[in-house]
Amino acid sequence: MSAPKPDSGNEREIVIEVRNLEISYGSFVLMRDLNFQIRRGDIFIIMGGSGCGKSTLMKQMIGLKRPAGGKVLYGDVSFWDVEPSRQEQLKRRFGILFQSGALWSSMTLAENVALPLEQYTDLTPAQIRELVSFKLALVGLGGFEDFYPSELSGGMKKRAGLARAMALDPDFLFFDEPSAGLDPISARLLDDLIIELSESLDTTVVVVTHDLASIFAIGTHSIFLDPEEKTMTAAGNPKQILAESGNEKVVRFLTRGEGRKPE
Amino acid sequence: MQQEHSDTAHFEDAAVQFIPVAPDRLVLKFSGNWVAGGDLPDADEALQDLVRTKPAPRIAFVTEGLGAWDSGFLVFLARIVDLCNGSGTPVDLSGLPEGVRKLLDLASPDKQRTGVTREKSSPGFLVRVADATLDLFHGFQEMLAFIGDATLSFFKLLRGKAEFRRSDLSQALQETGAQALPIVSLISLLVGMILAFVAAIQLKLFGVQIYVADVVGIGVVRVMGAIMTGIIMAGRTGAAFAAQLGMMQVNEEIDALESLGIPPMDFLVLPRMLALMLMMPMLCIYSDLMGILGGMIVGVGMLDLGVAEYYYQTLKAVKLTYFWIGLFHSFVFGILVALAGCLRGLQCERNAAAVGFAATSAVVTGIVSIVVATAVITLLCQVLGI
Ligand SMILES: Nc1ncnc2c1ncn2[C@@H]1O[C@H](COP(=O)(O)OP(=O)(O)OP(=O)(O)O)[C@@H](O)[C@H]1O
Ligand SMILES: [Mg+2]
Repeated sequence: MSAPKPDSGNEREIVIEVRNLEISYGSFVLMRDLNFQIRRGDIFIIMGGSGCGKSTLMKQMIGLKRPAGGKVLYGDVSFWDVEPSRQEQLKRRFGILFQSGALWSSMTLAENVALPLEQYTDLTPAQIRELVSFKLALVGLGGFEDFYPSELSGGMKKRAGLARAMALDPDFLFFDEPSAGLDPISARLLDDLIIELSESLDTTVVVVTHDLASIFAIGTHSIFLDPEEKTMTAAGNPKQILAESGNEKVVRFLTRGEGRKPE
Repeated sequence: MQQEHSDTAHFEDAAVQFIPVAPDRLVLKFSGNWVAGGDLPDADEALQDLVRTKPAPRIAFVTEGLGAWDSGFLVFLARIVDLCNGSGTPVDLSGLPEGVRKLLDLASPDKQRTGVTREKSSPGFLVRVADATLDLFHGFQEMLAFIGDATLSFFKLLRGKAEFRRSDLSQALQETGAQALPIVSLISLLVGMILAFVAAIQLKLFGVQIYVADVVGIGVVRVMGAIMTGIIMAGRTGAAFAAQLGMMQVNEEIDALESLGIPPMDFLVLPRMLALMLMMPMLCIYSDLMGILGGMIVGVGMLDLGVAEYYYQTLKAVKLTYFWIGLFHSFVFGILVALAGCLRGLQCERNAAAVGFAATSAVVTGIVSIVVATAVITLLCQVLGI
């Protein structure tokens, strides 16, 4: 299950499309002319150096920060051009893991995972409790239901955040640096889990990461953001990019700065 | 980063000598311990010497006599290298220890990301005034928008459509109620006593000490009780609200709520506002009683009034209308303090310093709005003749 499916999904429909997106803070432009498409079931990697705007790009895609220009389309709905109620409907289909975990600190883990379920489903409390325990067990946190976020380590918070993101079995999962702060084995388990989710539930996954091992293990498609060019300078399957790209910076990024080995 | 060169470990002062070995070749000979914080030669002076030598010679380094070195040495060298690069003088780094060369290379300008340095601008006076005015205007706009949103949210609650967690409300009730009693008692008692003291000195001149009960009773019940609790709660609870919400902003917890389509206004602001709306009037009644008790202590202890006498005088002086006016004040203050705290918390930026700033400005906003509201209500009462 560890090998990602080959770049075969070309017939599958496009579920997310980003057109001419521009990222900026005030008058400071971070990125412009971002254009890419994500198909159903893709595991789409957004990579790039620290501070190049990956988290911000993700926030624009999930409706937390209005882009300075351009469109984010879900199917044929342009997220930032429709009325708020339509936006809310779209948001219900997202599951999001934030870079810092973002667990609600005044609630226990169980309450954290349960809130989305209470908000959007008609399940009984007993059913919710069962689901919550199951989701927590999925990420290796069974038994921690009554712990508060402040009583957990950084990596455990990440995993709990993941359980919350998966609570509603979303169509789209967005992960901001999921493996940062995890030990190598947990990181590997998380990768397996992501592949499992995308294959079994047909979830579309967008991952912001610079963990090379994950990029190659799970990525079916990717883009590379270059802060100096202020735009994306490579797109495609990460392995293909590594093998074929003529862009030296991408290759250096994917080889930890060593450059492509001569064959 | 300190390195000892054991074979040349001199423990002498840092020094650099300029040795012209040929007309076009200058060797810088370093000796002693070049450690930051030690007695290093002044870089500027050394550089002056370099600049004055014309035509610029090739530069090399000798470090046989060099003892320990750390960043102090590197900074000195980096400036020399910069200067030489600037004037096109060739520099030969090969005489330097390998560690030094590697570190200099890492810090060299062409290894830094370009285009990130912010240009420092110092706009003129008029521009600054305009900016400040616009900021002020913006801040005011945001405040109005926030009040509007909070009102809508409140009506949503009345129609049973706004949702928050019961436990959040009970938590807020506890924080704003029982836990605030000790400090409210202390302050109100003291304020009552102070009022009585000040009044007693004047009234004694006319031999009508008994009117101390009127002054304290009316003063405390009509405004002072409400204002004292208002200010205490602005400092205590307003700041706490701002810090809580600010911290949630830093942790992306608010983003997480919004991404689920849960409005922070309903989920976080409403329970806090409700709690203060309920508890402030209660605290105010309690504070009224404590203030009157303070007055009584002074009246009975200092002015030889009887307890019953003081009690009946107070009853006679304080009309029920005053009591309602006081309660109305505290109800309004409750809303204002909660709004100020939540507004500043939600406006918080994403760093730790901003949380502190949010708490401070919540207190300031709370107190200012309390004073303004008092003025407005007093004026209204005047017009209505109550
Ligand atoms: N509120 C803000 N105001 C101004 N600039 C900001 C703000 N937030 C972020 N930035 C800038 O935007 C840039 C991108 O931030 P972002 O968090 O998207 O980076 P990132 O690619 O996710 O980095 P990392 O990999 O370290 O998480 C940063 O260089 C930062 O300086
Ligand atoms: Mg980030």
